[in-house]
Amino acid sequence: MCRIGAIKSKEFFHPSAALHLMLPQQEGHDNSGFAMVMQDMAGVFSKYKDKPLLSLACTQKGAKLVEDYMEANDFRQLAEWIPRGVKNVKLDIKAMPYYIFRNYDYPEYYRDASEEAKGELLLDTRLALRELLEKQEQGYVYSFWPDVLTLKEIGDPWDIATYFKLWDNNGDLMAKNVVVQCRQNTNYDIVRYAAHPFFLQGYTLCANGENTFYTKNKEYQKSLHRGYIGFESDSQNFLYTLHYVLQELKWPIKYYKHVITPLPFNELSLRSDGAELRAIRQSLGSLEINGPNTVIGMLPNGNIITCCDSKKLRPVVVGGDGTMVAIASEVCGLNAILPHRNQEQDVYPNEREVVIINDALEVERWKQ
Amino acid sequence: METIKTQDVTVNDLPWKIECKPDRCTMCGSCVAACTFQAIMPAVERRSITVSTGHRPEPSQKHSAVLMIKQRNSIENACTGCGMCEKICPNQAIKPVRNPDSRFSLLARKGGSPIKRGGRTSLNSGRTLDNIIVGRISQMTDPALDSERHTFDILAPFGRVLMPHELPLSAVNGTLNLTAKLPPVNWIYPIIFSDMSIGALSTRAWEAVALATAYLNEKHNMPVRMSSGEGGMPVKLLESEQLKYMILQIASGHFGWNRIVKAIPKMKVDPAGVLIKIGQGAKPGDGGLLPAAKVADHVQAIRGVPKADLMSPPNHQGLYSIEESVQKMFLSMNAAFKFRVPVAIKCAASATSVSVYNNLLRDPYRICGGFFLDGIQGGTGAANEISLDHTGHPVVSKTRECYLSAVKQGRQGQIPLWAGGGIGLTGNAAADAFKVICLGANGVFLGKILIQLLGCVGNEHGRCNACNTGKCPAGICTQDPRLVERLDIDKGAQNIVEYMLALDSELRKLMAPIGNSSLPVGRSDALVTTDQAIAEKLAIQYVC
Repeated sequence: MCRIGAIKSKEFFHPSAALHLMLPQQEGHDNSGFAMVMQDMAGVFSKYKDKPLLSLACTQKGAKLVEDYMEANDFRQLAEWIPRGVKNVKLDIKAMPYYIFRNYDYPEYYRDASEEAKGELLLDTRLALRELLEKQEQGYVYSFWPDVLTLKEIGDPWDIATYFKLWDNNGDLMAKNVVVQCRQNTNYDIVRYAAHPFFLQGYTLCANGENTFYTKNKEYQKSLHRGYIGFESDSQNFLYTLHYVLQELKWPIKYYKHVITPLPFNELSLRSDGAELRAIRQSLGSLEINGPNTVIGMLPNGNIITCCDSKKLRPVVVGGDGTMVAIASEVCGLNAILPHRNQEQDVYPNEREVVIINDALEVERWKQ
Repeated sequence: METIKTQDVTVNDLPWKIECKPDRCTMCGSCVAACTFQAIMPAVERRSITVSTGHRPEPSQKHSAVLMIKQRNSIENACTGCGMCEKICPNQAIKPVRNPDSRFSLLARKGGSPIKRGGRTSLNSGRTLDNIIVGRISQMTDPALDSERHTFDILAPFGRVLMPHELPLSAVNGTLNLTAKLPPVNWIYPIIFSDMSIGALSTRAWEAVALATAYLNEKHNMPVRMSSGEGGMPVKLLESEQLKYMILQIASGHFGWNRIVKAIPKMKVDPAGVLIKIGQGAKPGDGGLLPAAKVADHVQAIRGVPKADLMSPPNHQGLYSIEESVQKMFLSMNAAFKFRVPVAIKCAASATSVSVYNNLLRDPYRICGGFFLDGIQGGTGAANEISLDHTGHPVVSKTRECYLSAVKQGRQGQIPLWAGGGIGLTGNAAADAFKVICLGANGVFLGKILIQLLGCVGNEHGRCNACNTGKCPAGICTQDPRLVERLDIDKGAQNIVEYMLALDSELRKLMAPIGNSSLPVGRSDALVTTDQAIAEKLAIQYVC
């Protein structure tokens, strides 16, 4: 079983907080993957918050392929942060030769384009880079989006943090939002892409659980959008559905839960909005999830959400101290980073509930 | 020596031989009275008996004429093996025995007329479904559900479903509102009682199925729907509240629609749907066939026809393309009920099923509300045996192909797929339904198993299958008032209800271990097969 978490703060914090959130929960994972997505960054990237940031892990040849592609497509490099790994044979980590986090400026002819057009360009660029690297087995590209950094690695989270010097808070790497996961990879071979959180056009998501409707979700999503690819993990389904409902259909957030865990038909018939919910259920039946799941997601506006499967078979808890709010699979994670919070105010989301935390750290929760 | 007439038909040429034990027979005559085929008759035989009654053997010979039960040696009166004689005999003196040396198929075309019979195909008994196992069982990471206590949403759509981006929804203050009408969709139990007409069935048999349908809905909250079959329905039912459980069928003969159309203004509720029958799996390419023997007075009244063989044409006259069918038939049927009632189509499975399905999926009017695929193992009330045994297409792979074709286009679920034809052939309809649903069907339809629950003894090995004769010994497929009396409506309905309740439990017993609380439509990953060819064809996992 994976462990998942997220931190949202009014002040910039160092990603080691995310590790402290996850490590007490470590018995639930097998070091087959650790990943985090940071959004709203400070430190080395603070000057380029509106410029797309590319996150990738690759070989030397892969780095060259990417550089050539970006140059050929008129992306101009602005800033770069290349972590120099701690070379220590004792670390439990299967590191790639290069980790590249690089800001680019949009191509000249995109400077005045709409945000939507820029978003499409960034997606197409990431997909093209992925294909390029995948074909030659030279690396992995995780995200390409303004003010978003994705770090993924296979190994022990403690050792991964040591490798990337994430225990040293030197101010290089700071953010207000972090979504993080430690993976228990039970389903298949360990695949680097499979480590959550997944990212697509500003939407970040990780999940803890099993999606027994994976096959039907996947079969449907494949034809919905060019960005719905990979399917290295059943949790990708939740991300793609989140993206589809909010970004493609442009429906309000409250309908995400109605798509993934629709109300039973007999309950729909009692609702004043039953006709709408029924229409949604029948048209989006292939995106329903079944099985035990907890989802933590981050939206393009920085809001963090969490919700559970319709039976609440996987745990999740939300707690905060006024400056920082965190979500974790287990309360011991919260205790590690927010020991002084009022535990009585912790929120244990229910099976039909959605919890959203906005930039003011206001916690909104509603019944589906 | 007397010359043997070698070409005479003898009992040994017939498919079933009557075995009668004279020492147990009391000559009560019950068997003769019960045999609707007049396959047996009382006869007198001259017997020579040697007796010795004293304390020392003093044999004496006695000649006497004795009464006994004799099987007729006639093709017209061939025993069908129905076993009614055995059922009624108080002394277990008589029973039919299958004759492996039958020459029936060589003799029965006497007069140049093809063999006709009812039942199911007798040659295509190998079933794909029996080689498929539900193999993806939830264990620790995704716990299985509790089939007894958990709530399950066992419902399937009947009606046209739109793509998400086509939904007329607009957001106002964070809430979506429907701004236009959607095509009608009814969510019903994933098992439809298939179309068997009044005429094919006796009124009592039809009533028993209708009664079971209403009972399941009203007492057990199981929204099972029943298709009327071609030939219309009693006006009383058309004007009743129970019409909402009925799917009205229109087939190429349009029998009974005159009365349906006339009843529309008086209908209190809408029917559950309209089913346009293009073809049936048991005899694809054939129309309906109701032999004159079964066209009783009430059938004439309901259908508005004289007593004659009622043969629906093999296709809907005046239609020459799918596009035209969509425009003419679907539109008029939709319009008949002011676009409130979903309209579906039923075709025999065939090599072209996927093309038809694709065409319907892309229909710009979005008015086809379901695609019913009927496979070769479906049953029929009357057909030429040559069609029944030698034409048709298995339904499983065709259903799968249709589903995967829709998947390729991202249109799965838009036109609900319903599969039938041999579902429940081995008596386990829940397992069959579940597997077909995992392969992509939204639901299944059952026919033959229902009449078997009413008491039909016919099977795929040539037993009875005399539905076409009007002499159904169980009173199910006959209009002879004396035979119909044999059927106890309430008992028959009760059998169906009890079977369906068990089936519902069994469906839960299959959904729970794969961890699904709603129907696993398209969850092919839940299935495995030990047959490599099936694994390849259906794109499911091969296991051994």
